[in-house]
Amino acid sequence: MPTTPSRREFLTHGLHGLGGVALWQLLASEGLAEQAVRQVAPRARNVIFLFMMGGPSQLDLFDPKPGMAALHGQPIPDSLVKAKKSSTGQVLETVMASPRVFHKAGQSGLELSDWLPHTARVADELCVVRSLWCEQSNHDPAQLLLHCGTPLFGSPSLGSWLSYGLGSESQNLPGYLVLLSDDGHGLEGAGSALWGSGFMPSTHRGVSFRNQGDPVLHVRNPPGISRGTQRARLDVLRDLNTRHQQVTGDAEIAARIAAYEMAFRMQTAAPDLLDFADETLATRVAYGLDDAPTRPFGTNCLLARRMVERGVRFVHLVHSSWDHHSDLNGRLQKNCQMTDQPAAALVADLRQRGLLDETLVVWAGEFGRTPMGEVRRGINVGKEGRDHHPQAFSGWLAGGGVKPGIAWGRTDDFGFHVVEEGVHVHDLQATLLHLLGIDHERLTYRFQGRNHRLTDVSGRVVSGLLA
Amino acid sequence: MTTSLPTCLETSHKKLAIGLLACVFGGPLCHGQLGHGAEPEVRFNRDILPILADHCFTCHGFDPAGRQAGLRLDTRAGALTELESGARAVVPGDLAASELWARVSSSDPATRMPPAEQGRGLSSRERELLRCWIEGGAPYEPHWAWIAPVAVEPPMMAGVTEPVDRFIRDRLAREGFTPSPPADRITLLRRVSLDLTGLPPAPAEIEAFENDPRPDAYERVVERLLQSPHFGEHWGRWWLDLAHYADSDGYLQDFLRPVAWRYRQWVVDAFNRDLPFDEFTGHQLAGDLLPDGGVMARLGTGYLRNTLSNREGGADLEEYRVNQVRDRVQSVGTTWLGLTVGCAQCHDHKFDPLSQREYYQLYAFFNVTDEANFDAPLPGEWEPHQASKGAHDRQRAELVARWGEPLAQLQAEWERMMLRTEAQPGEDFGWDRALELLGLQWGQNLGEGQLEGLNIIKTPPEKRTAAQRDRLLDYFLGAPPPALTARFNELKLAELKAQLDALAKTLPKLSRAPGVMAAPVARPTHVHVRGDYLRPAEPVTAGTPAILPPLRARRETVSNEPGRRELAEWLVSGQHPLTARVTVNRLWQELFGRGLVATSENFGLRGDRPSHPELLDWLAVRFVAQGWSVKSLLRTLVLSQTYRQSSQLRPELLERDPRNIWLARQGRWRLSAEQVRDAGLAASGLLNTVVGGPSVKPPQPASVSKEGYANTWEASPGADRYRRGLYTWLQRTSPFAQLVTFDLPDTSRSCSRRERTNTPLQALTLLNDPVFFEMAVALAARVTREIAENDDARRLERAWRLTVGRRPTPEERDRMLASLTQQRELFAADPAAAAELLPPGSPPVEPAWVTTASVLLNLDEFLERE
Repeated sequence: MPTTPSRREFLTHGLHGLGGVALWQLLASEGLAEQAVRQVAPRARNVIFLFMMGGPSQLDLFDPKPGMAALHGQPIPDSLVKAKKSSTGQVLETVMASPRVFHKAGQSGLELSDWLPHTARVADELCVVRSLWCEQSNHDPAQLLLHCGTPLFGSPSLGSWLSYGLGSESQNLPGYLVLLSDDGHGLEGAGSALWGSGFMPSTHRGVSFRNQGDPVLHVRNPPGISRGTQRARLDVLRDLNTRHQQVTGDAEIAARIAAYEMAFRMQTAAPDLLDFADETLATRVAYGLDDAPTRPFGTNCLLARRMVERGVRFVHLVHSSWDHHSDLNGRLQKNCQMTDQPAAALVADLRQRGLLDETLVVWAGEFGRTPMGEVRRGINVGKEGRDHHPQAFSGWLAGGGVKPGIAWGRTDDFGFHVVEEGVHVHDLQATLLHLLGIDHERLTYRFQGRNHRLTDVSGRVVSGLLA
Repeated sequence: MTTSLPTCLETSHKKLAIGLLACVFGGPLCHGQLGHGAEPEVRFNRDILPILADHCFTCHGFDPAGRQAGLRLDTRAGALTELESGARAVVPGDLAASELWARVSSSDPATRMPPAEQGRGLSSRERELLRCWIEGGAPYEPHWAWIAPVAVEPPMMAGVTEPVDRFIRDRLAREGFTPSPPADRITLLRRVSLDLTGLPPAPAEIEAFENDPRPDAYERVVERLLQSPHFGEHWGRWWLDLAHYADSDGYLQDFLRPVAWRYRQWVVDAFNRDLPFDEFTGHQLAGDLLPDGGVMARLGTGYLRNTLSNREGGADLEEYRVNQVRDRVQSVGTTWLGLTVGCAQCHDHKFDPLSQREYYQLYAFFNVTDEANFDAPLPGEWEPHQASKGAHDRQRAELVARWGEPLAQLQAEWERMMLRTEAQPGEDFGWDRALELLGLQWGQNLGEGQLEGLNIIKTPPEKRTAAQRDRLLDYFLGAPPPALTARFNELKLAELKAQLDALAKTLPKLSRAPGVMAAPVARPTHVHVRGDYLRPAEPVTAGTPAILPPLRARRETVSNEPGRRELAEWLVSGQHPLTARVTVNRLWQELFGRGLVATSENFGLRGDRPSHPELLDWLAVRFVAQGWSVKSLLRTLVLSQTYRQSSQLRPELLERDPRNIWLARQGRWRLSAEQVRDAGLAASGLLNTVVGGPSVKPPQPASVSKEGYANTWEASPGADRYRRGLYTWLQRTSPFAQLVTFDLPDTSRSCSRRERTNTPLQALTLLNDPVFFEMAVALAARVTREIAENDDARRLERAWRLTVGRRPTPEERDRMLASLTQQRELFAADPAAAAELLPPGSPPVEPAWVTTASVLLNLDEFLERE
C-alpha cells in the first residue's frame, strides 16, 4: 500500500482551505494533476461564466436568418417538424421570423441583434459561437450537461473541476463564487446542483454570493458581536485548539485553525467586495448600477471583476429566466435591457484594466429556441414565444486566449440544425479547460471505481476558437 | 490453489522465518517453519498477488498502454505465454526455465527486476515466496471477492482474547507496531455514544460511567446504547446515504414528496428492532411480493422510491423511467454488491467480470417495478376510517350509478384512447398531451408514482382493486381531455366530481407511503446499444452475473414479476461472497474511520484489497452465523480492545502509517453534518428528542431555498426547530445549507463513504449561524441555571462537561477565565452591543457567557469524535 496520502486525502483534509496553494504544487510528486494541468500552456487564469438560464433565443440575438422573413407564418418543412417534440407536447409547425433587426458591428462586422447595442460595442472582442448543440431538451438535464458534463444529477460542476485541478489563489475568499439574478420570475433550473461539487468534497462547491444582505451565508457576525469580540473569540479558540493539537498530535487541527482564520478574513473581504466606494462614477455608469433594470446584473458583473482582481478562480453568474415560451419579443427585450449593458461593460472594463487576456468570459444558455413560433393556449397573436431547441444555439466567449471578432460555425436557413463546425457542449468544455491549461482527458477524479471527467467520454478542443 | 512448501523457506532463511515469517503467516506455513510439521502453503491472493501488484503490474499489468515487453502478469495465461524474446515469464514447476525468477534473482542491475528506479526492490522473503509459488505450479486464484468467505481461526496472541483483536494485534506485531493504550473513560464514552446513537453522552451518563467500579461497566454502557431509540436514528441515517433518501423529486419543479418520510421511519425502526439484515434486504427490494409481509414489509420498498422523478413538460416518460431503473440497479450494486455495475450500462465492464448483457439481466429485475404509493395507516387512523368506509363506499357507488352507463362509456373511451395514444403517438396533439399529463400530474403533489394511472388503465377492469377504480375515476373526472370536453359537459360530470369530492371529505383519511407495484403488462428487457434506450438489441431475461453464485428458480407468483424476491434472497443467501463482506466492511468503516476494504463502494478488481482479509472474512461469516444481526456485530466491534484504544497520534505511527491502516490507534475525525447539529442542540439543552415523524424545516436564511425553483422554506414552529438533523426536510435542488456545508452527500446517488472536509464556511456557520448562536445562548443559560452560585470556574467546568465531556485542565480553565474577563470588558465598554446580543425576551444570561459558550461549541474537540 502506498504511504503517500492520495490527492483525495489532501483535498478531503481541506488543505485547500488554507488557501493559495494549487493542487499540483502541493502534489508535484504525484504527477497526475500536474500532467493534466501542465499539458498545455494556460492562456487564461480565471473564468467568468455568464450563464443565461432558460435558453436565450439565438435567432433573435446572434444568428440572423433574413430568409425566414418571407416565410413567416408559413409551415416549416416537414422534415424539421418530425425532428421535434415540444416541451409542452404541442406540435410546432409555423415559421416565426425574428422581429429583430441585425446590424454589423465593429471592425469585425459581427452581426448582432438591435437588442444588444452595448454588446455590439465590444463586438471586436467576442468570439460568437453559432453552432453550439446538445441532446437535452429539458432545462435541468441540459443545464447539468453544460455545467457538469452529464444530464444526471450528482456530478461536479465546471467550477468545481477547476477548483480541484488548479486550486485557489485567494487567501481570503473562496475560489469559486456564484452570483444570482433574475427577471422577477425566480430561478428556473437545477438549483445548486449547477454549482455543486457532486461526488467531490464540498471544498470545491461554488459558494453563493449575494449582492445584498449577507454576501456569503453567515459571513456577518451575530447581533451584538463586534469585530473585536469576534477576534477575541477566535483568539481563545485558537489557543485552546493549539493546545489540543499538542495533546492529540493531529495536524488536522492546524487546518481547522487556518480555516477559522480564513473565515475571519472572509468576514472583511466579502463585504469589501460589495463596497463600491473605490469605483469611479464612470464605472458605475458603465455597469448601469444606478438604473433599475441593469442594477442587479450590473452589480453582479462588477462584483465578478472585483472577484477576479482578488484571485477568485471561477465566478459563476446565473441570470434567469430566458425561457420565453410566450411573449418572446417583450420578455427578451426585458432580459436584454437587464444584461446587455453590464455584460458589455464587464468585457470593456476587463480589457481596460489589462485583465481580459487572463480572464475568459463565457456567455451561454443551456440551449436555444425554435425557429417555429409557439402559441400557448390563451395567448394572443403577437405574443408568440419559441420552444426549447438544443439542436443549434449560440453563445459567446471573450478574452483568455480566444480568437476575437469572429462568428464560428453555421446553421441552416432556419437555424434549426448546425451545418458547419458544430461545437457540442462537451467540445466547449474541452476548449475551456484547454484555455486554462488543462487536458480534458487527463483531468480525472476517481469515484465509484471509475475515473470521471468533465467531458465524460467525448469532447474535443475546438482549435478554431483559439487565438 | 495452495501449494506445498516442503523445504523452500527452511534452510537459507531460517532466522528470517522465525523472526518475521512466523508473524507474517498466522497459519500453517508458520507452523511448518517452526517445525510443527504442518503443511505450509503459499496462497496466491494472500501471498503472491500483493507482490505482483506492488512491484510488477505498473509495467506488466492490465493496462495495455503501459505494458512492457508484451508481458502481463495479472492473468495466468499472460504469465505463461511465450514472449517476443522467446522466453516465458513463468513455467509452472520449472524455476530454471522461468524468466521471472531469473530476473528477480539476478544480481546484475541491468537485468534485475523490478528495476532500481522503481524504488524498493523485492525482499528476500518475497523472492522466496515467488520461488515456492513457481515450483508449486504457479496457481492463480480468482479475485478474492468472488470467493465466498471462510472463517479461519484467529491467530493466537498471548493475553488477547477477542478474535477481532487477535487479527489486528497479529498484524500489528508483524508490522512492528504496538497498539495504543485504552482511551480514557470519558473519551471512550463520548466515542461510543456518538458512534452508536449519534449523540454525545449527557453529564449524568458521564458521571455514572466514571464512577462505576464494576468490571463490566463498559459492557453495560454499550448495551444501554444499543437499546436506545436513538440508535436507529443514527444508523438509519447511515443507511439513508446508501438509499439516497430525500423529500422531493429533483429536477426542475422539484415537487415535494410528503410521504417519503415513511420509508425513513421504517429504516429507523428496523435498526432499532434489529431487523436481521437478510430480512431488511428482502423488505426493501421485494416487500410488496412477500406473502406474509403486510404493511411493514411493504414500507421497506420505499427504498426503491428514492430515485429522482422528472415531471417537466416534454420529458419523455420512458427516458426518465429508464433512468430510474438504472439508478436502482446502480444503487443495489453499490449497496449490496460493492460493485460499480453502472459501468456496464454502455459496454462490458472494463475491469470486473460483468458483461453489458449481465448488466441488463440485473436491470430486468427492476424493469417492471413501477412506482405506486399505498395505504399505510398511522396509529389511530384505521378504526375511524373503517367505521366510515362502508357508508362512504355505498354513497359513492350510488352517486356514480346515477351517471350510469354513459359515464362508464365515456371513461372506457378515454382509457381506450390513452392506450392507443401510447401505442401510436403523434396522431393527435390533444390526446398526446392528455397522455403526457396523466404521467406528469398523477399525484404530483403527493409524491405518487408517475406511471400508476396508466398502469391502472392497463389492468383489466375486473382485476382492478376498488381503490384503483376510484382513483382512476377521480383523475378522469378532474382532467377530461379536450376531445371529450363537450360530452363531459353534456353529462354534467363536473357536478359528479364536486359531489364525490365533498363525499371524500367525510371519510377519515389513511396515510399513504411510497412503494412499488409490478407493471400489469410485461415489459421486455433488451440490451441497450451503447446505453441508449432507443437502441434496443438482444432481449434478455432477469439473471445474476455468472461470476457469482447461481440464482434459485423464480417462484410462480405474480406473472410479470421477474423475481425481485429471488434476487433479494440471492443477495443474502449466505453463500454470496459479497453481501456480508460489503456490509460488515461498511459497519467497520463507521467505527474505525476506514473500511478494511478502503473503497467500501468497490470490491471489484479496481477496488482496494482488504488490509485484513482474514478478519473481514471472519466478521462476514460471523455476521451470517449470528442471524445477520447488525446490533450483534456492532457489539462485537465496540467491545474489542482495538476499538477502545486511544486515538492519539504517535509520531512513529504518523510516519509509518499515516492513514491508520493497521489500527495501532483509534481514529479521530470530524462529526457528521447531523451530529454537529445534534451535539450542539444536546449540549445546550435545546434538543427535541422525539423519535420519528414527518420531516421538519429548521430555520435557515430564505436565500438558500431561492436557489431552487419556486421553493419557499417556512420554518417549522416550536420544538420542531430543534429536532435531530435526520428529520430535516431534504429538498434536492436546494438542500438544507448547514447540512451541505458539513458534507451531507448529494442525494441523487448512492453514497458509501462521506467526505469530511474542513472549510471556512463551516467556521462561519458555527460562529455566526443564528441557529448555532441560539445554541450558545441556551448553553450559557443552562450553565448559569445549573450552577446557581456565581462561580465562573464551576460554571466553566459544567460547560466543559456538557460540550466535550471532560473537565478543563488548569491551563484551559485559566485561559477561559481570562477570556471571560476580556469579553466582560468588551461588553461593558459597549452596552449597546450587549443589548443587541440579548434582546428583550432572551434568557437571563451574561453576554460574556454567551460568547464563552460559543467558543466551546467551536472547539475542535467538540467537533471531533476522538
